[in-house]
Amino acid sequence: MRLKRILVNWELYLLMLLPVAYFIIFRYMPMYGVQIAFKDFSAAKGIWDSPWVGFDHFIRFFQSYNFEQVIKNTVYLSVLLLLIAFPIPIIIALMLNQVKHYKVKKFIQTVIYAPYFIATVVLIGMVFVFLSPNSGLINHIIVALGGKPVMFMTNSEWFRPIYIFTEVWQTTGFSSIIYLAALAGIDPHLHEAAVVDGASKWKRVLHIDIPGILPTIVVLFILAVGNLMNIGFEKAFLMQTDINVDASEIIPTYVYKMGIQRALYSFSAAIGLFNACINLVLLFIVNRTVKKISGNSLF
Amino acid sequence: MFSIKRKSSGDVLFDVINYTLLIGFTLLILYPLYFILIASFSDPNQVGTGNVWLIPKGITFEGYGRIFNDPVIWLGYRNSLLYAALSAIIGTSLAIMAAYPLSRKDFYGCNVLMLFFTITLFFNGGLIPTFLLIRDLNLMNTIWPVVLLPALDAFVIIIARTFFLGLPEEIRESASMDGCTNLRYIWSFVLPLSKPIIAVLALFAIVRQWNGFFDALIYLKDENTYPLQLILRNILIQNQPSGNLVSDIQTAVEQQRIVGLIKYGVIIVAALPLLVLYPFLQRYFVQGVLIGSVKG
Repeated sequence: MRLKRILVNWELYLLMLLPVAYFIIFRYMPMYGVQIAFKDFSAAKGIWDSPWVGFDHFIRFFQSYNFEQVIKNTVYLSVLLLLIAFPIPIIIALMLNQVKHYKVKKFIQTVIYAPYFIATVVLIGMVFVFLSPNSGLINHIIVALGGKPVMFMTNSEWFRPIYIFTEVWQTTGFSSIIYLAALAGIDPHLHEAAVVDGASKWKRVLHIDIPGILPTIVVLFILAVGNLMNIGFEKAFLMQTDINVDASEIIPTYVYKMGIQRALYSFSAAIGLFNACINLVLLFIVNRTVKKISGNSLF
Repeated sequence: MFSIKRKSSGDVLFDVINYTLLIGFTLLILYPLYFILIASFSDPNQVGTGNVWLIPKGITFEGYGRIFNDPVIWLGYRNSLLYAALSAIIGTSLAIMAAYPLSRKDFYGCNVLMLFFTITLFFNGGLIPTFLLIRDLNLMNTIWPVVLLPALDAFVIIIARTFFLGLPEEIRESASMDGCTNLRYIWSFVLPLSKPIIAVLALFAIVRQWNGFFDALIYLKDENTYPLQLILRNILIQNQPSGNLVSDIQTAVEQQRIVGLIKYGVIIVAALPLLVLYPFLQRYFVQGVLIGSVKG
């Protein structure tokens, strides 16, 4: 019976072959390779035959002199990102939802979605151009207002503000799409009834719109926390200079340096695995907590 | 006359604040883009001293001239287009091949396979094991890791599957009653109905490939295979424009002046393809995000 159900649709299984092969090769084979985090990998012996060393690489990382700084930078940047870049799209969506002129709304959306499609290299290139100490626009303004030019890109204090500002600038519009869709799904009768009762716009945002999109916010918040330690490599790598490295060295850039540049494969694989584990634990904790409090959860 | 729609003063204040903040935010996004545009054809001395901020001054197309005469940038452009096209074709085909069977209720093993794909959203090998795999497969310094690694992920399959789930079941039932095979049905009915989702998937892949540089940074050593983003990185961030861009200029001061102009120009040139695609991007990406969020 089971065989018959498979045979009837044999062509569908045939179609499945290539995608499954792709996932086995490019997604599951690297998972098999994760074991080198517990081994002393040497290219001559290969993954399987390299000797086991247990948690040696993890312990070496925890005791290394960069450990504290790398973890601190990663956590600090992630938490700041979550606190600042997560709520802004919600606020923008709530505000846009109040714009009743269709063309104005459309225009604003067209503009604020656009930066999402700008490449990271171009984005950071723009940052360098705008913040250049002698020819950049921002420093011209600072000087015109009587200040002194600021060396933005070579000062580690500016790394996090610039990182977060560019993140907000690039992703706010696009992240607001999902909230706008949720807002559009709110029953208009609620608003009509509230207007009859004399509720102001502000009150309606507070008591209809925000509760209406709360489930969406919760789900996206869980996902954001689950990805908390998953900061992308690209931007930090591009913004990194020898001078701001004490603020810009985060786990992904450290893994790149240790693994790709210095060929310490087992050591850097261990750091990567450590990072991935923290992420999973975070995801489960937040999911459980939110489920207890509000009943909404991801799984 | 009394108008029922007369607004309370609180609501007027609300609207004023709301519009002011939104317009401010929109300008914050728009102005840097506008500035790059006008600076790309203004006299670099005027830009460098802060005289250009609203209208272009001392119009010159020297920057664009040099960019268009630079073989390195053209090569990067060609490479990027090639990788984006390959990535889109391969990724979209694989996504559809996986997603369509998964959308069929009579497909035995659907749940297991769904799990097989979705697990990769939460677990992955990470950078170093992937790097070692590519090395073991002898794909180092070939275009294949750059094209293939970002071509497909489980999220894309989920989006496509959600779309296929919405196709009417009746057509398929009557088609199979008439003896239409699965492949024939997919070719003649499913694909023609799937143009919107194909566009979404292809655009996802194109944007990801066009804007990415990380895989190329790690897996490509030969400069002739560099995508545009790696070349831009040399010009914009490392301040090392390729040999031909300014090599004919004698003084370092003059070189720096022209490099400044070129930087604005390449930003525009690099953004051009996506700018042209933007109306489609906006429409289809919004759709993609919404389809994905229903499931996600």
